[in-house]
Amino acid sequence: MNREIVKYLLLVVVVLFIPLLVHEGYMLNVMVFVGIHAMLALALNLLLGYAGQISLGQAGFFGLGAYVSGILTTSFNLDPWIAMIIAAIFVTLLAFVIGFPILKLKGHYLAMATLGLGIIIYIVFNEAVDHTGGPSGLSGIPNLKIAGIVFDNDLKNYFLIWGFTLVSIGLSLNLVHSRIGRALRSIHDSEVAARVMGVNARILKVQIFALSACISAVAGSLYAHTMTFIAPASFGFNFSVELVTMVIIGGLASIYGSILGAALLTMLPELLRTFQDYDIIVYGLLLIVMTMYMPGGLVNGIPAVFSRLKGKSKREGGGDA
Amino acid sequence: MELSDQIAQYLLSGLSTGAIYALIGIGFAIIYNSTDIINFAQGELVMLGGMFTLFFMEKMKLPLPVSILLAVLATIGCGALFERLTIRPLKSPTPLGLIIITIGGSILIRGIVMLVWDKDTHSLPAFSGSEPILIGSATILPQHLWIFALTAVAIAANKLFFQYTITGKAMRACAVNRRAAGLVGIDVRRMVFFSFAISGGLGSLAGIIVAPLTMTSYDVGVMLGLKGFCAAIIGGLTGGVGTVLGGLLLGILESLGAGLISSGYKDAIAFIILLLILFIRPQGLFGRAQTDRV
Amino acid sequence: MLEVVGITQRFGGITALDDITFTAAKGDITGVIGPNGAGKTTLFNIVTGLYTQTSGTVILDGADISRLPAEKLASKGLVRTFQNIELFASMTVLENVMLGLHSRSSSGILACMGKMPWHLKEEQRIRSEALKWLDFCGIAELAEQKASSLSFGKGRFLEIARAMAVGPVIMLMDEPAAGLNNRETGELASLIRKIRDTGVTVILVEHDMELVMDICDRIIVLNLGKKLAEGTPREIQENPAVIAAYLGEG
Repeated sequence: MNREIVKYLLLVVVVLFIPLLVHEGYMLNVMVFVGIHAMLALALNLLLGYAGQISLGQAGFFGLGAYVSGILTTSFNLDPWIAMIIAAIFVTLLAFVIGFPILKLKGHYLAMATLGLGIIIYIVFNEAVDHTGGPSGLSGIPNLKIAGIVFDNDLKNYFLIWGFTLVSIGLSLNLVHSRIGRALRSIHDSEVAARVMGVNARILKVQIFALSACISAVAGSLYAHTMTFIAPASFGFNFSVELVTMVIIGGLASIYGSILGAALLTMLPELLRTFQDYDIIVYGLLLIVMTMYMPGGLVNGIPAVFSRLKGKSKREGGGDA
Repeated sequence: MELSDQIAQYLLSGLSTGAIYALIGIGFAIIYNSTDIINFAQGELVMLGGMFTLFFMEKMKLPLPVSILLAVLATIGCGALFERLTIRPLKSPTPLGLIIITIGGSILIRGIVMLVWDKDTHSLPAFSGSEPILIGSATILPQHLWIFALTAVAIAANKLFFQYTITGKAMRACAVNRRAAGLVGIDVRRMVFFSFAISGGLGSLAGIIVAPLTMTSYDVGVMLGLKGFCAAIIGGLTGGVGTVLGGLLLGILESLGAGLISSGYKDAIAFIILLLILFIRPQGLFGRAQTDRV
Repeated sequence: MLEVVGITQRFGGITALDDITFTAAKGDITGVIGPNGAGKTTLFNIVTGLYTQTSGTVILDGADISRLPAEKLASKGLVRTFQNIELFASMTVLENVMLGLHSRSSSGILACMGKMPWHLKEEQRIRSEALKWLDFCGIAELAEQKASSLSFGKGRFLEIARAMAVGPVIMLMDEPAAGLNNRETGELASLIRKIRDTGVTVILVEHDMELVMDICDRIIVLNLGKKLAEGTPREIQENPAVIAAYLGEG
């Protein structure tokens, strides 16, 4: 447990340190996105990595959070914080209700059903023009403010977003190291044995699905209030796939892996500007190659490669590995 | 136009898109039955059909029928290659791994097509003009007739292949029980390879015959693929009549929904049907109850 | 006390179990034996809620548990082990046993996320009790190892430790000696007796006749889905119908 606390504090220090290196401009904006994506990847990993249930509709919950927040603050003049809470509750309840029938499905069927759900939500964003502004989007969403501070520039947003991200990480770490976390992994390892031990797999899956949707919705609200403009294109199927890629690359069932995956996939296209639209080729290749050759993701794959190298050199040195 | 005339018109166009969905759906079912894989890259094979035809016509200046033939062959090659490079090397495939690999494959194919061609939409010429034909009070384009005819031919050929050829029978054996098929000497991996090739062929044909009506671009595969999957689910993921009926039903519902309710939500109809079927009757409307489907 | 009354199970046209009735008395070790295909594992799967029987009832200490799903049975004190040990491979040995205490702990998602004081206290109780059961089964020194790294024999003992952590009144063991060597089988026999001595009723399906005759108080013999005989080990050994069934099978 102590090692966990040290790791977490190390992350906090890194997060606090980054603005000293990049305190303005484009890269800081990118770092804000890394924070949002990290929350989303984390939420998906709880479901995909720990409970072993795929969702290809995460972008839909992200979008719902953003749109509910956006609509409540622009059309109904609600305080952004209140809007954010309502959005989170609404999306959590929605996911809970849909969760029961949808999580009865397994494997490919679950993938297709969540994909369908995501696309339905996406279509609603586009078509409910009166409320969402349709394909051209919703603008003029107010910034969050607290005690006189308005979160209206990249530096303030950086601290706002990463504050939420760090809290999400902390809560998730607590969760995965608890009886619930063990129960989730047990379903993944052997559902039949888990049931015999009294784990109600069905309810637990639905709860995690709802929790995952809730975190995604909060990320969506934060996105809406920091960008002040949202459009359906950010919440489509491609983004859902991008989130899955982040989780797979970082490492399934690894909280820190999700952060790593989100950071890599968010910064990579920014660093390699030439990729532009062709980043989907890189995603596609990464998904295939990682699944085939490093199914544990970078977090597990890199140490494995190192220990293999170490094992080899030890053996060559005559020692027993 | 009277309402009944309108409905007749919607039914006709619904049937023709439905035929397309059926073709794609059968491709899904063939792969699923021989491998338990839902090939998320199926839609991309459909897209490749249209794009290859375009390539052979515009870049190679070949006549349309030759281009179509070459495009189907090229897509069959792509389907087979995809299986060889990604599915076969897997040592211990898990459902999650397979989902992710085929999704990876689909975006990779999409990305490559975007890189090699462009992001624009292209049109393919209609096979025999675009002079509307009057049927009763509804009109129909010659291309619709081509769609009906070619779909019927493809489904019939498919049926004959599975019913009468030794390879087709072997593939059906794999669908029933892969282990037993392996034990009696059927090369199961070869059959998996064939299933990808065949559904590449059916998918590309669907992509080609629909392209003159709807245009084609690097990203048309996503929606077409998903709707084909929906058709297959309605049909209970069987390669036969169920999926054809599923496709036609979906096409008609979509066309009626778009015409009578809202065209903007047209695409949502397929997915709502998909979810309802998966929730309520996962064995499909025309399938018999089978428990391990979910 | 577990009462099985008139259990019948049909799969399509096949009758896997035909009107099986027997009682496992409290504190007894009851053996269920029979040739391959006799329906022993099917019977286990019905009693433990993994299958739903065509007809018949299962009664645990007077309460009808026939239609309860597997996950509801742990809190009723009914638990089982599996023929091909089903461990949680990604977890440590200790965590496996800690999972056994799942049904006897209650912290929800929010309490776990927020590290509420009552949750932390509960977590401590889970840990110390899990260690106790590891010790009980003689594998305490393996606590921090990955479950996937255990030998088959050690895995079997871990599975039993995990089942004991559930706090069972009755434990069903599906071929516990399968895959064990002689020494391990000996250890298993004394462990099963030790479990019985804590007051737990044990029912086991087993092919190792020496073990069954050695530790069981009562034996039920199944053949082709029907109950063939029931009695003490001595009675069973002398029962001509049982001998015929076994010899007939080769």
